[in-house]
Amino acid sequence: MNSSILLQFSTASLLSDPVYYILCGVLAMAVLLGIHFMSKVETARQGNLISAVAVALGIVITLIKKDILPVWLIYPGMAIGLIFGLILAKKVKMIQMPQLVALLNGIGGAASAIVASFALVSLYQSPDVFGKVTASLAIVIGTITLFGSLIAAGKLHKVISQKPVVLPLHQVITTILLVVLLFSIVSGGFLNNFSFPVLLSVMLIFAAAFGVVFSVRVGGADMPITISLLNSLSGLAAAIAGFAVTDILLVAVGGIVGASGLFLTQIMCKAMNRNLADILLGKTSVQGKGESKTEKAPEVAATEEVAATVNPAEVVKGVKKVIIVPGYGMALAHAQHLVKSLAQKLTADGATVKYAIHPVAGRMPGHMDVLLIEAGVPFEDVYEMDDINEEFKDADVAIVVGANDVLNPAARNAEGTPIYGMPILNVDQCSKIIIFNYDLKPGYSGVDNPIYNRKEGVWVIQGDAKDTVAQFLSEL
Amino acid sequence: MNLIQYILLGVFVVASVVGYLLINNVPSRLHTPLMSGMNALSGITILGALLATATALSSSNPVVGYVFGSLAIILAMINVAGGFAVTNRMLKMFGKKKEDNNEQ
Repeated sequence: MNSSILLQFSTASLLSDPVYYILCGVLAMAVLLGIHFMSKVETARQGNLISAVAVALGIVITLIKKDILPVWLIYPGMAIGLIFGLILAKKVKMIQMPQLVALLNGIGGAASAIVASFALVSLYQSPDVFGKVTASLAIVIGTITLFGSLIAAGKLHKVISQKPVVLPLHQVITTILLVVLLFSIVSGGFLNNFSFPVLLSVMLIFAAAFGVVFSVRVGGADMPITISLLNSLSGLAAAIAGFAVTDILLVAVGGIVGASGLFLTQIMCKAMNRNLADILLGKTSVQGKGESKTEKAPEVAATEEVAATVNPAEVVKGVKKVIIVPGYGMALAHAQHLVKSLAQKLTADGATVKYAIHPVAGRMPGHMDVLLIEAGVPFEDVYEMDDINEEFKDADVAIVVGANDVLNPAARNAEGTPIYGMPILNVDQCSKIIIFNYDLKPGYSGVDNPIYNRKEGVWVIQGDAKDTVAQFLSEL
Repeated sequence: MNLIQYILLGVFVVASVVGYLLINNVPSRLHTPLMSGMNALSGITILGALLATATALSSSNPVVGYVFGSLAIILAMINVAGGFAVTNRMLKMFGKKKEDNNEQ
């Protein structure tokens, strides 16, 4: 054992080393089993329970192994955290899940950074390079996660402006901060020529600055990527802190979280046609280089004229197959209950109704699903993009509520626009499309949606989805 | 590096790879509960926080150590409790609403 922290406690332990390591292995497996159970809706809840029990047992065996069970001063902190956590989980609204997850990412990062700081203090004069480098790395990553997450959560909660902020020389600043951080990690590990408080301050200040600079340039649509990445970092910080304090369970579980976050980030990147490497280098915002058409106004008028000739309520009369495409606009307007009522009405009239969800709909992965389920939509009716994309051409009507970029056909052919190459929902293949959107402005990407200009089979109903869907429902 | 550090590296790699493969099977409709569940798991850093706090209490500077150690314990515990509880709340919704709809 290299760590002085461990030496102090491993001498008089109740649990022998082999038993302790076997228990750690079993608990790590239990966590993996819990995640495995998350692959089915039916078993997911048990999976979560298994993971929770595993973590609880992990705490207990650590307390026993390190002989800190009778150190009563640790319990008030646990009780306070427990109460705060439970209150937070009870009070949060489902639409606020992205900011809650962002906040928890940050809190996890902060805890790991503190743990790693303790490790670095105790190891600073020792020759244990591995311990010192990992401790330094965990301090830096944990602090980046904390400040990056606070900015992201602040944006999501609308405490600070949601607009992407790009500083002058943003990329240069990012690079300088990274170089300084790298240097501080190296000095933490190999050189002892700085006083500890100076080194720690440099790490904290520059990591905090990097976290802020990284997150301020993120706009709304890039949030899913950013949150997934910060999720990954919070796990990574824990795992690396685990190296520094030589805790096997911490390393194992932290690694699992880090890998999962990275995987989700990758999915989000693919769904938005973004490059993971770019994201990691801090290019967290889309450059709005989409060309705006100047002759938009008259074309829009034409669409409305067509719409006026046939009442959209007539369009859904007697249809057999309907696909509803909900976007974040629906969630913003709190229109999911109305959309469910619309689906129920259509079902009662003999149609099959399915929901099509784009991977980046909402502000975090899977957010739209949760909002629909909360509104009472059966999860069997909610389909992922790849599972339903072939069905649009056979559907009688596609109903879009508050979505734009994720169905913009420009993604297929408009080279040079930010959405080019991004997989989209094939709404345009449907013969009749009813669109409930706030306005006809381009979506977040800044690219005009050609569907709005289609001469036939498109009904655009502008306004707050809560009002327009309610109005539409009353006409059925 | 000593033996235990190599073992830790091995554990890290295996856990990451297996975790990555398992998460591949989680359907995208469960990605939000998956992420909040991961929040809870990242609170596992509480193990380090407990150890560090207990160590600090027997050190030469117990008060500072206790304050920061307790802060880490509180933060990590918020993650563990809040993460698991909110994940459970969401997953309960997935299960319950289905039954409700079947009854209709």
